[in-house]
Amino acid sequence: MNTPTNLKYTKNDEWVKVDGNIGTVGITDHAQEQLSDIVYVEIVLSVGDSAKQSEACATLESVKAAAEVYLPVSGKVIEVNEALPDSPEKVNTDPYGDAWMVKLELTDQSELDGLLDAAAYEAQVQEKE
Amino acid sequence: MFIPHTDADREAMLRTVGVSRLEDLFKDVPAAHRFPNLNLPRGLTEMEVKAEMESLALSNETTKDLVCFLGAGAYAHYIPAAVDAILRRGEFYTAYTPYQPEISQGTLQAIFDYQSLVASLTGMEVSNASHYDGATAVAEAVSMAYANFRGKRNKVVLSPSLHPHYRATVQTYNEGTEINLAGAEISPQAGPEALLPLIDDKTALVIVQYPDFFGRIYDYTALAEATHRAGALLAISANPLSLGLLTPPGEFGADIVTGEGQSLGIPLSFGGPYLGLFATRKEYVRKMAGRLVGETIDNRGQRAYVLTLTAREQHIRREKATSNICTNQGLLALAATVYMSLLGKHGLRQVAELCYHKAHYAASQIASLPGFRLWSDAPFFHEFVVRCPQPVAEINDLLLLEGILGGYDLGQDYPELKNHMLIAVTEMNSRDDINLLVETLAEVSND
Amino acid sequence: MTEPLLCELSVSGRQGLRFPEPDVPLAPLPETLTRRDLPLPELYETDVVRHFTRLSQLNYCIDTGMYPLGSCTMKYNPKINEEVARLEGFAALHPLQPVETVQGALLLMYELQEYLKEIGGFAAVTLQPAAGAQGELTGVLITRAYHRSRGDVKRDKILIPDSAHGTNPATSAMSGMRVVTLPSDGRGNVDLVALRSECDDTLAGLMFTNPNTLGLFDENVKEVCRLVHAAGGLVYGDGANMNALLGIARPGDLGIDLMHFNLHKTFSTPHGGGGPGSGPVGVAAYLVDFLPAPIIGIIEEGNDEEPPLYGYLTPAKSIGRVKSFLGQFGMMVRAYTYIRMHGPDGLRKISEYAVLNANYLLALLKNTYHLPYDRICMHEFVLEGRWQAAPDIHALDIAKRMMDYGLHPPTNYFPLIVHEALMIEPTESESKQILDAFANVLLKIAQEAHTEPELLKTAPHITPVGRLDEVKAAKELVLCCAFGIEA
Repeated sequence: MNTPTNLKYTKNDEWVKVDGNIGTVGITDHAQEQLSDIVYVEIVLSVGDSAKQSEACATLESVKAAAEVYLPVSGKVIEVNEALPDSPEKVNTDPYGDAWMVKLELTDQSELDGLLDAAAYEAQVQEKE
Repeated sequence: MFIPHTDADREAMLRTVGVSRLEDLFKDVPAAHRFPNLNLPRGLTEMEVKAEMESLALSNETTKDLVCFLGAGAYAHYIPAAVDAILRRGEFYTAYTPYQPEISQGTLQAIFDYQSLVASLTGMEVSNASHYDGATAVAEAVSMAYANFRGKRNKVVLSPSLHPHYRATVQTYNEGTEINLAGAEISPQAGPEALLPLIDDKTALVIVQYPDFFGRIYDYTALAEATHRAGALLAISANPLSLGLLTPPGEFGADIVTGEGQSLGIPLSFGGPYLGLFATRKEYVRKMAGRLVGETIDNRGQRAYVLTLTAREQHIRREKATSNICTNQGLLALAATVYMSLLGKHGLRQVAELCYHKAHYAASQIASLPGFRLWSDAPFFHEFVVRCPQPVAEINDLLLLEGILGGYDLGQDYPELKNHMLIAVTEMNSRDDINLLVETLAEVSND
Repeated sequence: MTEPLLCELSVSGRQGLRFPEPDVPLAPLPETLTRRDLPLPELYETDVVRHFTRLSQLNYCIDTGMYPLGSCTMKYNPKINEEVARLEGFAALHPLQPVETVQGALLLMYELQEYLKEIGGFAAVTLQPAAGAQGELTGVLITRAYHRSRGDVKRDKILIPDSAHGTNPATSAMSGMRVVTLPSDGRGNVDLVALRSECDDTLAGLMFTNPNTLGLFDENVKEVCRLVHAAGGLVYGDGANMNALLGIARPGDLGIDLMHFNLHKTFSTPHGGGGPGSGPVGVAAYLVDFLPAPIIGIIEEGNDEEPPLYGYLTPAKSIGRVKSFLGQFGMMVRAYTYIRMHGPDGLRKISEYAVLNANYLLALLKNTYHLPYDRICMHEFVLEGRWQAAPDIHALDIAKRMMDYGLHPPTNYFPLIVHEALMIEPTESESKQILDAFANVLLKIAQEAHTEPELLKTAPHITPVGRLDEVKAAKELVLCCAFGIEA
């Protein structure tokens, strides 16, 4: 399981990368492994939307499962990855890079304190198994 | 009785299991309620049950005994012999749902053929593998539209000339949900333009029928445009046999086309099993409920078919599924596929034209009888409404004495349409049949 | 050998079925509404019959072999059912005919209602729902209507055991109810502690499958029902597993308030490659008023000379229609015939032998496949399709390898609470010889899993097609073949 240390994580297998006040969101390597080959991605938020933490930002489908991706933090959507729905397999091959889903302008930095760091994320994954 | 075990088998098996009697297997059942005496008639042999059932069947008067002019959503059409011959193959009717594609290619490819035919017939891009019937297909269209707008639009406009059973089903399905159903106050006489004032930015879906419940056919292009201008979706519930002749709903701009497939080679069978058609545009395919068969290849490089997009369905998505549907109407979809294959491009047009011409002949003859009047001058397919000089129930009693099954009494569903009869004519009605109807009605108008 | 599609077989100018020329004057067609082109295939009858016959030969079916599918009850579909359902006196009836002309059909439906009432221990039955899932929807709608009629509008919670069939939570969510999942205890029963903690005044009901999908009869069934009732909720029974209980126990007696039957499981109506089914619902006395309309009843009492007149009744607080017309009448005819052939003794034998068959197979297999719950099972049981010493082998591989032995696999990956689940239900239709052969295949595959795992991983080998690329199917989404359109 690949879990970069510079990111923050949720129990639902989402990650957020914070650069100043901008957060980039996607799903973890562990999550893509569980879902297996992703065949479909739909990003359900649009640029300009104001969204809250835990709101759904995307839907993923693999052959054997479907899952919602929830925002780790609240914010205003400033960019969505328009290229991703055309190449859903990127979620499997590059979950932390090309398969980013939305970029937000954060509205409440304190929410980050409630998220998990890489070690804590991996620990709770092991516990679930 | 279909249990193959001999006494010796049973004893050997009990020994392997480690109990002495069959009763011992049921110790977990609370003693007070174990082995109830069921008050049912004693079991019969095949010979006896056949005789009983034949006698029961003979006590009914059927649409073969009577000349049938009753429609209202279920029609007496000719079913080609080859349809049932295929359906009776055990490989089709005793097969399970094709979850194991390697040993279900027969079922899967037949469904793919079915999806192709329905898409083509309706002028849409994709079809699913069937719903229960025309009514539940409309109910699923409502769910689909609501989900499409993620709950932001909760109004559904239902035409009053959508089949009463379909409207009732939609109502039942949406009891207690956020969805508001509009359109009940519109007069059934009105055409689709009467729906326009109801379509607004809260509207998720507008639903009409084609031909409508009263048999009338309209060009729904303007309605589709108005619906789309308001940002909503249009669903058209269509009679698939009529589409052998009529402009397909896809051409009007429908987003969803549903329908009742009973007219495609499926017997009347006292109301079921029937066949719900459901087709839509490719952009909505993931929001569509029901099974879907897709084409792929196997590990030997052969083209093959498989259930796809199953992640939408209940067995994976559970409470987030697009619908709860599991068993659908597989064998009836096969019947419709065989029917459409046998008739094909030319035959479906022929049968639709026969229905059209015979219905128009009947209508013009009846309209000339004193006391009887055609209710609408809109174009129609194979059903039309007649205003009668007497209550429909009384007229139908008289018709029955002549061996005729009369039309549907619209007063049951539309209080403003008392004494109005909905008459259906199909290719099964000969000119003599129609003349008999007209003569008998003439006696009514003379009273 | 790939069978072509209809669009590939089509040859311009061919027609299968022809119709007579019109015997009436031709009316003018509605020009603007007449179709310009009809893109359907052009085939002779021979083409059509051969195409579908060849397709049929690619299918496995009950008429060729056993289906050990847990919770599906793939029993033999009696041929007499097919003959009876096709009698013109049933098949050629229009659903809207005057009741006087269809008394035979109405009597059949009325008696079927009565039989299911008796078998299930209920006060009334609706035959309208088209399948089990629709029966569940009907049940949830009745539950909601019942609570609301008593002014109880807070109740929106449905409890569903974690072993439940996917239709249960899907149905509840569809009806706008809140789903709360209940864990199972170490013996496979509903966890009573968890249940107690959820019994509050927001509880609408519990959706309960008994025996459950592990094939186990809940040892605390009466307590489960008592707790739910004490909290003011209703117990909805998923009757998919009724094949274990015919003449053994009546769900109504055990405390179930309403329940759907699956005629296409317990009552032998054929699966048809995915339907039609039929899902009648039985209810307790206090729920009768809420049943969908219409139900069949006696509208004029009979006397010594005249039989009663059967007709349609609308329950006082009916939830309305759940579909058009009366339900899957063709399946009712088959189920009715089946019940008449068996009678009370025959029905009980069905369950006794269904349960014997399952326990027999269990005894033969439990030393080779891990059995998570070691109890006497009902009509089905669940094994784990995995071994520590064969870490690459999953239930899927075992399932695919079974096809090389001419068998349809059991249910895979369900219930969710067992890892690599293989849910096996032989039904009463299978003889000891067939069960012995089935067990031997599974034992052989277990051996192969350890000594030649590649045979499983690459299976199936002898089927018409091999493992399919499901990812390609979902990504490329080819869902139909276009028929030729004339310019």
